[in-house]
Amino acid sequence: MSLTTSAQEVEPDRTPSNRPVRARSLVRTGSFWALLLVLTVVFVGPILWMFLTSLKTNPEATSVPPTILPEQPTTAAYEGLLRLDGSYPVLRWFFNSLLAATLHMLLVLFVASTAAYALARLRFRFRGVFFAVIVSTLFVPGFIFLMPNYLIIDRLGWLDTIWALVVPGAAGAFGVFFLRQFFAMLPDELEEAALIDGANQWQIFTQVALPNAKPALATLAVLSFLTNWNDFIWPIYVLFSPERLTLPAGLRLLQGAYTTDYPVMMAGAFVASVPVLILFIFTQRYVIEGVARSGLKG
Amino acid sequence: MAPFLAIFITFVALPAVLGLWMSLHDWDYMFEVRPFVGLENYFNLFDSASAAYQMFWNGMRATAIFTVASVPLLMAVPLALAVLLNRRFAGRTFFRAVFFMPYVLGVAVVGLLFRFALDPNIGIINAGISALGLEGVLNALGISTPIPWITAQPWAWISLVLMTVWWTLGFNTIIYLAGLQDIPRELYDAAKVDGASGWQQFRHVTLPGLRNVILFVVIITTLASANMFGQSVMVTGGGPGDSTRTALMVILGEGLESFRMGSAAAMSYLLAVFLGIVSIINVLLVRGRRRS
Repeated sequence: MSLTTSAQEVEPDRTPSNRPVRARSLVRTGSFWALLLVLTVVFVGPILWMFLTSLKTNPEATSVPPTILPEQPTTAAYEGLLRLDGSYPVLRWFFNSLLAATLHMLLVLFVASTAAYALARLRFRFRGVFFAVIVSTLFVPGFIFLMPNYLIIDRLGWLDTIWALVVPGAAGAFGVFFLRQFFAMLPDELEEAALIDGANQWQIFTQVALPNAKPALATLAVLSFLTNWNDFIWPIYVLFSPERLTLPAGLRLLQGAYTTDYPVMMAGAFVASVPVLILFIFTQRYVIEGVARSGLKG
Repeated sequence: MAPFLAIFITFVALPAVLGLWMSLHDWDYMFEVRPFVGLENYFNLFDSASAAYQMFWNGMRATAIFTVASVPLLMAVPLALAVLLNRRFAGRTFFRAVFFMPYVLGVAVVGLLFRFALDPNIGIINAGISALGLEGVLNALGISTPIPWITAQPWAWISLVLMTVWWTLGFNTIIYLAGLQDIPRELYDAAKVDGASGWQQFRHVTLPGLRNVILFVVIITTLASANMFGQSVMVTGGGPGDSTRTALMVILGEGLESFRMGSAAAMSYLLAVFLGIVSIINVLLVRGRRRS
């Protein structure tokens, strides 16, 4: 996990540090760290507990009082999860989720970057109108689109296919809004130099603008992957065949059918969490930056 | 621009209009003929004799209860955390990531996790209460144990609200933190020179400095609460009774399970109008405070 702090984060200390009462400040520092420790347990504990439960036998997982660490760690729950294959093809769900989230991410990067570049750097009629319409959809509640989109997907013959997961959300306003700021900040000199070298707009876009926007593209990539991987409402309604479900939609079925085998349930939940947790641990700087930006410049 | 516009028009612009069109028709997915009925779908939602009335307003009430209970918590707790994390100390970035971590899990995972943790008989939360010897305290307060977290009200609401706070609080915390870092340090210095206490600094420097951020957070959080769906589906199944069956569950049941899409579209537009009104009230409240 990256512990580096960016320049922006190195802020002057806001606690009154030069108070002479040293004992009091010791107590304060102590309680500050105690509070942080408790909060860390509250936030990481349940995730850890999900993993620990998945290593227990069902009798141990449901014993009263509960054990924290598994007495005899076993991977039986994971084997159980695989044995459900057939009616509950968990591995298939995993790869369906992975494929859908990856394709969705790539599509978002492509359509958002081309649109954002056009809106930031090209002069054309109604540019302002386009931008205003796109940004205004940020404040339209998503449920408005669910039913009409279901009909459109049906018309396109995309029901129960991966395209239903990949395409509809790809024209989100956030990506365009977010990337446009980066492209707008590019110095004009870079563009002019490229023009003098005989580059056309497409070459400027791919060879000048995109490489300069790498951090923003990385942020958008991670955020769109996370959103798609975790999506719940849409997949449970547009997918029907058991072998085509995503993991979240599959977990809902598991929940209905296996409410008594808790290690298997927790193993399923853990399998669905691992990719996003790993992705988050390695890219948390980008994720957090992206979220922070969405609030400040909104 | 073209690829974006193609998707945008097909899946954002067209559906917004198509939804309105559907809401003005007796639009049943199963039938070929979908006659124009004008505003009848909307009137039905206000007519206590219609089939949709009871279901819809029960869902609206559930969504309203959830929103009223969760939004203040999701405003206040992340603000306190953000102020805490805004101090300079080793590992600040680490703790920021820790509080954000649950947010990257999906609602299906969080739902499964809490369905297990909240189980009245074998769940770790009731086990923790008895391990800490809190049963006596709860009984003295008139609360019988084990607590029926999922199967009785108001416990079901308390469970759904608290798990949502746990799950999503990192998002608002990060937005507040970014806002805090934009408040000029000189303002705090000036306040200290004037002899302002920590609380006075918070009241007169931090809060005014965060006004726009607070407005953004309250609107985004209200929108998210109004979308409440997965938590109820995974943890309570809409129960006990129909008490946690939210508006979105009702809308999707009507539209995509019973396939009465015209009626369901009318419901979703009515909910959107309510949300718009709530947002406008929020803007006025936050703006109003600026003048005083």
